[in-house]
Amino acid sequence: MIDKQVKTTADAVAGVRDGSTVLVAGFGAVGVADHLLDALHDQGARELTIVANNSGNGDYGLARLINSGRVRKVICSYPRSGDYSAFLNAYRARSLELELVPQGTISERMRCAAAGLGGFFSPVSAGTRLAEGKETREIDGRLHVFERPLKGDVALIKANKADRWGNLTYLKSARNFNPVMAMAAELTVVEVDTMVELGEMDPEAVVTPSIFVDRVVVVGANA
Amino acid sequence: MTPLTREQMAWRAAQDLPEGAFVNLGIGIPTLAASYVPPGREVIFHSENGILGMGPKPEPGKEDPYMVDAGKNKTTLVAGGCFVHHADAFLMIRGGHLDVSLLGAFEVSEKGDLANWTTEDPAFPPGVGGAMDLAVGAKEIRVLMDHTSKKGAPRILKHCTLPLTAAGCVKRIYTNLAVIDVTPQGLFVLEMVPGMTLTSLQAVTEPKLQLADSWQALAPPAAKAA
Repeated sequence: MIDKQVKTTADAVAGVRDGSTVLVAGFGAVGVADHLLDALHDQGARELTIVANNSGNGDYGLARLINSGRVRKVICSYPRSGDYSAFLNAYRARSLELELVPQGTISERMRCAAAGLGGFFSPVSAGTRLAEGKETREIDGRLHVFERPLKGDVALIKANKADRWGNLTYLKSARNFNPVMAMAAELTVVEVDTMVELGEMDPEAVVTPSIFVDRVVVVGANA
Repeated sequence: MTPLTREQMAWRAAQDLPEGAFVNLGIGIPTLAASYVPPGREVIFHSENGILGMGPKPEPGKEDPYMVDAGKNKTTLVAGGCFVHHADAFLMIRGGHLDVSLLGAFEVSEKGDLANWTTEDPAFPPGVGGAMDLAVGAKEIRVLMDHTSKKGAPRILKHCTLPLTAAGCVKRIYTNLAVIDVTPQGLFVLEMVPGMTLTSLQAVTEPKLQLADSWQALAPPAAKAA
């Protein structure tokens, strides 16, 4: 019997290696797997490359990993969001590297990795500072920039409901980066509010199909 | 001569959103435009974080923690609205599916070049968010910004001094003083606030301005009480 549910968040992030690329879903504070981020902190992996839209807030989740010196590099579109003092201090101390990527380019690079493609040409950022050093091509009279696929070793996903196969649904705008990151990593780990019986989800409404999911852990009131 | 408030600028931009348009609102003043679409006109707002059919700000006490806009402020969903993931939200942006994008800006050039992602302050990291995707992808880019910097320096320039978001993308500029179209023949003033003359507007604008034949007074409703 397939059962992807694990008992604890520690079980969920077991085996994440130093130097891993970690896809951290969420937009601001919405749809972020903060329990898994805290478990990763306790697990102790170092030299991490984080892919996220923002750069963490306060001293929990991603910000806590940064404050503890576990993060070597952040690939994101908008680090300046909320109380991002953890990132700002590390940025000013030059103890981590920032790769700034347009928001749609980050998500499409991950979708590309998920789809088994070797990259894509995009008009976004063409002719700007963010395209410096990148291959360009004129397509239908418009300058395009070559973007490489972006694959994670691990994805930390926040969903609302899961079944034991790992089918997922989300809540409203907490969906954001979660489905695309869930598809784009070697190991996809999900924290959910609730487990439901297999067959209980409306098959027309499954957002992330089970094939992309490896481990599921229940957090919060139902844990 | 009284400059427009932020709310009045948002009101003015909202009047130009056509029936049935899909529109993305950038963070800052553009977000306010959602509240000023004329009654009876149906405009569908897109938010980069995966909302199609974004509604107005929630009433106090009705905030939903799972509903935020591009600026991470609480928002709502209208009837008919739906959710998509990020790659699809940006497919809509980049693929030319949005009719209008209203964006904030630091500088706009007379050729419609847009600079709105970094002030090059070395003390802070830059943030680009979805600005470059929107500037390149939406069918029409309209900018809302104060006409001058806090020190009174022009922000409509012959050439942008800050790093570009995208070249030649801006079609219309709404400022607190005027509405200006960017055309291959140059900048045309469509509206100015009462008491403003072309000469006084030109004094705070670097490139040459031309007055449109059909120009009129920029007269929004009275400023709302704060």
